[in-house]
Amino acid sequence: MRVTVTINGVERTADVEPRLLLVHLIREVFELTGTHIGCDTTSCGACTVLLDGMPVKSCTLFGVQADGHEITTVEGLVQGGQLHPIQAAFKEEHGLQCGYCTPGMMLVAKALLERNPTPSDEEVRWAISGNICRCTGYVNIVKAIQAAGNAMAAPTASAAASA
Amino acid sequence: MSTQLRERVRGVVGESAPRIDGVPKVKGTFAYGSDLWHERMLWGATLRSPHPHARIRRIEVGDAVAAPGVHAVLTADDVPGKKLYGLEFADTPVLAWDRVLYAGQPVAIVAAETPELARRAVARIVVEYEVLPAVTDMERALDPAAPKLHEWGNVLRHVRIEHGDPDAEAEVWVEGYYETAMQDQAPLGPEAGLAIPAEDGGVDLIVSTQWLHVDRQQIAPCLGLPEEKVRLTLAGVGGAFGSREDLHMQIHACLLALYTNRPVKMSYDRRESFLAHVHRHPSRIWMRTGASREGKLVNVRARLLIDGGAFASSSPAVIGNATTFAAGPYEVPNALIEGTAVYTNNPPCGAMRGFGAPQVCFAHEAQMDRLARELGIDPIELRLMNAVHTGSVLPTGQVVRGSAPVREVIELARSASLPPEPEPPPMRHPMTLPGGAGNVGRGEGLRRGVGFAVGYKNIAYSEGFDDFHQARVTLAAGPGGPVVEVHSAGVECGQGFSTVLAQVARTELGVDRVTLHAADTQLDSAGSTSASRQTLMGGGAVQLACAAVRQELFDRARSRVGVTGALSLADGWVLAEGVRAVEIADLLETPITATRTFHHRRTTPLDERGQGDVHVMFAFAAQRAVVEVDVELGLVRVVQVVSAIDAGRAINPQAVEGQSEGGTAQGLGLAVMEELQLRDGVIANASFTDYLIPTILDMPPVRTEIVEVPEPDVPFGAKGVGEHATIVSTAAIVAAIRDATGRELNRAPVRPDDVVGLRLPASSASWPPAPDVPGQEPLPAYHGVARGQSALTQSS
Repeated sequence: MRVTVTINGVERTADVEPRLLLVHLIREVFELTGTHIGCDTTSCGACTVLLDGMPVKSCTLFGVQADGHEITTVEGLVQGGQLHPIQAAFKEEHGLQCGYCTPGMMLVAKALLERNPTPSDEEVRWAISGNICRCTGYVNIVKAIQAAGNAMAAPTASAAASA
Repeated sequence: MSTQLRERVRGVVGESAPRIDGVPKVKGTFAYGSDLWHERMLWGATLRSPHPHARIRRIEVGDAVAAPGVHAVLTADDVPGKKLYGLEFADTPVLAWDRVLYAGQPVAIVAAETPELARRAVARIVVEYEVLPAVTDMERALDPAAPKLHEWGNVLRHVRIEHGDPDAEAEVWVEGYYETAMQDQAPLGPEAGLAIPAEDGGVDLIVSTQWLHVDRQQIAPCLGLPEEKVRLTLAGVGGAFGSREDLHMQIHACLLALYTNRPVKMSYDRRESFLAHVHRHPSRIWMRTGASREGKLVNVRARLLIDGGAFASSSPAVIGNATTFAAGPYEVPNALIEGTAVYTNNPPCGAMRGFGAPQVCFAHEAQMDRLARELGIDPIELRLMNAVHTGSVLPTGQVVRGSAPVREVIELARSASLPPEPEPPPMRHPMTLPGGAGNVGRGEGLRRGVGFAVGYKNIAYSEGFDDFHQARVTLAAGPGGPVVEVHSAGVECGQGFSTVLAQVARTELGVDRVTLHAADTQLDSAGSTSASRQTLMGGGAVQLACAAVRQELFDRARSRVGVTGALSLADGWVLAEGVRAVEIADLLETPITATRTFHHRRTTPLDERGQGDVHVMFAFAAQRAVVEVDVELGLVRVVQVVSAIDAGRAINPQAVEGQSEGGTAQGLGLAVMEELQLRDGVIANASFTDYLIPTILDMPPVRTEIVEVPEPDVPFGAKGVGEHATIVSTAAIVAAIRDATGRELNRAPVRPDDVVGLRLPASSASWPPAPDVPGQEPLPAYHGVARGQSALTQSS
């Protein structure tokens, strides 16, 4: 089946089997391996991407279900050669260790912060409750998301780190 | 002033320097093993035994060979070299023949054009098994009438530590029995790698692992190749926690690549990951603790049993650790501690963060609480009264010679302010109640409890191992000033090791631009990224290499520029008597390179009485946990953890906090949710829907207190910090649940049935007898089984 998606702002078309999961379409057909696979059972959130701005676990959708939609993956976060404030904050605040969950965490954070730039601890916790991190204990992830929110709310005050 | 600040080298030792791998990881360009790709690449898949114990009558591969897209179907007959490998002893078949000893053991491997075709071909392999009686209980394994797994029986290692007068009488005794479950490391990145056949008949392997050189040492003999024809490069590691110490797909992918002469990728899914790596040992611990009326410990008698599963893995070292730490970080003048690791037909167990220490901490800390109750002494005062300090003698006779800030970690963990009392249930958001998102209660039957635990562990390898670390440092001119290139085979698993190396190099050479070479086997071994050892060992190796580079730089400064007096380096300059004399960049018309190897202080094996200077150094930790328990529903919410970490010196404080917080999460998992459940030797919950690991909603705020009392005679006085929190947090959290419920709760993880009293405490009829063994060594050593990693460390 033909599937056409706008992925990170670029329209891409592929001819794929209907059974192909969205995560495999992204990783193997479009060769964007920043979206990870952690569990195969929709438990861990390592494969989270944004579908029309909404976080979805891409192992839970078929590729063809994304036809005509916009997808954002971690590779789409860098803007004009600069790290997105969320990326800069995860890097600065040690919001990652092994980094495997990080793309999914950052995309959930993006959806949250675009809605609510100054989330409380509880709001951040609830937002990322579908994403597992095995390394950090989550403390620095919450800090990173809140720091990113502050930077996004006051862009002039944030020294955007160079990508 | 402002100019100086700008020029100052940042990211040195002691600063929370940003992670050196931060940018590729946030951009999604960091390539994990599962992201590797090669032209003309085939995919490998594995057929695994469904039975915990069976004889293989026949393997029929014809249908699989004939399946579409299949390029190879290999069994044990196709292994060109040695058919056995292993981390400590070569007792593990590359592919099973004759018998399978656990459910999940690899039997055959396939290479095909796509992962789907490879899996379909695996399903077409016919194996005829004769199912044999399985030994799936660790006490049953000790029964002389039980089926024997190996020719030397079911005992893998028995350690006996006699200290002082083991028959010494005490005024007060408390006795307990404890169990901990099999825990999975569950790194988020599954096992994966890519093997590429080389023109010289060798193979290049890019793989997510913890120790490249000991992998190669095990791989090459099985391929029938000399080590130099097996070249390993580290792929991105998506967490490890011990699970990647043992081989997973390494030999299989290399075999398939050499057989097909095509690159072969193997990448496990989550279910296979659960089957393919070793787990944390389940334990059973019997302990009697004797003290004077005043609360001074007099005698500890303990019997430890851990389930090693079907093959040795690192179980001999784990039981060595568990036995030596079983009395806790306390002064005990008399002790008899015996620990046994047994073989069973359960999945193999090996390294997981803490390496035997979390299991015994769970027991010795529960004993301290019992004793405090019996004596009517405050449990924290009891711990303080008995805490080891520099100069204390441990049950092995080893004197604690380094820093031992046990009182400090205890005081910090206890003095932190408690979380505020919660609002009464009707006022509270139901999400904040135990059971939270499950919306199962309205806060009836809530009770708060506070628990405390202290523990300790060794840093680096023990019992005579020389697990050295080699590093190469090159200082060269770059377009924007001098650049330091650091090369080491040490593995970054996510904990921040490579950032530590960069910080050490910046500190030693006064240069801020550091490039890290990919970890590979071009240099000599760096040892394993385990045992909290890489900050010590890698930091030490880079410091030595930097010192050699600095010496050459000073020689150049003296001979070419004529500087005199005492020289030093800072912020890109050579200083003479503290005054800027010449820029480093001006001395680098040719690069300066030095390769150096760091060895830790030598230790000794355990003697026949279990005495010896067995550990390099010690790190201590204390935690206080506050929990809220719904005693009607049996649900637990951990409200707060205060984690006091003895770091020696924090090379990167933010990274130390990360280790403390992440380590606490894994200890919390074993306290309240994580358990690999076995049904007759078969893992029943090999998925993240059935094996639960803590999400953020399960995690409390963790407050970390870093204690810095430098360890003498080691680089920067720094101890590793990878395992501290995990050692103590299970014990602290379960103690808090005991405090809230008044129940015995002698088994981790605590289940709702335990909390409400539907399940009785774990019990045991009697202490198991000591097996008849020739000595303290692992049994395979007495039977001539080939050595694994210790041969590597001793020959170099």
